[in-house]
Amino acid sequence: MSASPTYSPPKAVAAEKSGAVVCAVCSSSQSAGEAAANLYVCLACGAHARISAHERIRQLADPGTFKVWDVGLEGSDRLGFFDTRAYVDRLDEARIRQHLPDAILSGAAQIGAIPVGLAAFDFGFLGGSLSTAVGERLARAIEASAEARMPFVCVTSSGGARMQEGVFSLMQMAKTVAALHGLAERHLPFISVLADPTMGGSIASFAALGDVILAEPKAMIGFTGARVITQATYEQLPAGFQTSEFHHARGLIDQVVDRRELRPVLTQLLRVLSAPAGDIEQSAA
Amino acid sequence: MTGVEGDGSATAQEMASAWAQVEGARHPDRPYSLDLIARCLDDFIELHGDRQGGDDAAVVIGLAKLEGRRLAVVANQKGRTLEERGRRNFGMAHPEGYRKAQRLFALAGRLQLPVISFIDTPGAYPGVAAEERGQAWAIAQTLEAQLALPTPYLAVVIGEGGSGGALATLLADSVLVLEHAFLSVASPEAAAAILFRDAGRKQSAAAALHLEVSNLLKWGIADEIVPEPPGGAHTDWDGTAALLRPRLVAKLEQLVAEGVGPVRRRERYRRLDGLFQA
Ligand SMILES: [Zn+2]
Repeated sequence: MSASPTYSPPKAVAAEKSGAVVCAVCSSSQSAGEAAANLYVCLACGAHARISAHERIRQLADPGTFKVWDVGLEGSDRLGFFDTRAYVDRLDEARIRQHLPDAILSGAAQIGAIPVGLAAFDFGFLGGSLSTAVGERLARAIEASAEARMPFVCVTSSGGARMQEGVFSLMQMAKTVAALHGLAERHLPFISVLADPTMGGSIASFAALGDVILAEPKAMIGFTGARVITQATYEQLPAGFQTSEFHHARGLIDQVVDRRELRPVLTQLLRVLSAPAGDIEQSAA
Repeated sequence: MTGVEGDGSATAQEMASAWAQVEGARHPDRPYSLDLIARCLDDFIELHGDRQGGDDAAVVIGLAKLEGRRLAVVANQKGRTLEERGRRNFGMAHPEGYRKAQRLFALAGRLQLPVISFIDTPGAYPGVAAEERGQAWAIAQTLEAQLALPTPYLAVVIGEGGSGGALATLLADSVLVLEHAFLSVASPEAAAAILFRDAGRKQSAAAALHLEVSNLLKWGIADEIVPEPPGGAHTDWDGTAALLRPRLVAKLEQLVAEGVGPVRRRERYRRLDGLFQA
């Protein structure tokens, strides 16, 4: 694990701040400054736009506290994969466009002055899919948090497995779940935040195993996507199928939290979960 | 870092070889889990239910003996007749099936029974009810239940090993794969729909995913390929079991002797892809 002493958000975040922002749901337009100030939640309809990993860190970490982990850790094209294009080309393009080595950014940070391990998925990087490098970066972030006796917070936005890495991608589900044990055995909390979308192998592994699970409003969350279900079964989909609210109503998510409340809610959770000296964690035999 | 193992689009030969793997695993006359359990294990007794209100027939659990050793068994089960296919949902489990597997892992831990799993599923069931009842949560919890199992654990992929649904009973200390079985991140049809926006290009997807069984061994995901009788398992169930049973006995002996458990199992799956060994 390598931690850089300083972290300055790359131009990707600045790029998000330039130009007008048009809501994908209601098409209302906001100035770049307004959109950024409102954390990319539509002022007209409240839709939560997908945001980059860099922007997510900017929104959640106390300013100046984020120290990125595993800067240079990148994956490779193990299968020599070629669909309509070479996977290596897709990877290179995504790295440049998203200013990330792969679809996740992780590091040490403070939220409300409480030290945490913090990871954020980047949906713009090949759909936030779970590659070997993403699995490895996530596992290392979990382990680094456990090592430093810090709670771990992960904001997931991921379509699931990365097809181009075949069965290696599938095995990242096992890898990340195996790593989470390091937090459990030290009695440290894992707070899983589900953003739009959290699907397939990501929700069927680490993301569903949070001690506390939060989700942004109207995020799509589920194992199999609605389109595939309809094609496979011809079933009618109930209203609000696979939204955060749908899962919350069924006891699968603790709270649906507006993005503008996410930092305060996380701060409160972390404060409540912080172990004072001499509490049961230390005194347990 | 392993080198590139191919490049460009698949050749006709690569497509044929990868697709043969899929067709072999899906052959309608192939022995299913209960067929092999009956022929490989002794005194199998089926148990029922997840103890939370459901009993998913796509997953079978039970107790058995092998060479005098007590065992717990968990298996995906496909149906043979039209009625049974419906009842067993083509081997595709709902959350109740994964919770049934979790019950089996808990029982095995409590009674100190080694576990053998038989994997033969296209994947988790893609339906509304499954999602409503927490399909993803059930699978995730089953992954952890496997890693936490305190006793030796052996998995055998006997047919289709599809996606997260297969992973729910795959995370063993040792993984055997029958010669004409396969393990894949998604069904070739689903992969083709995602990659080419055309489910019909399933043969190209199978080739691009390198579904040939030998790769699982090379990549360290499987520990042993178990040969099938000439012509494949579907031509000779007894012969298939006769080849499989001694491998189950030997592997289980080895795992029991090694005293495997959650520490080693977690380490195996943490390091599995063999990458990033700094
Ligand atoms: Zn809007």
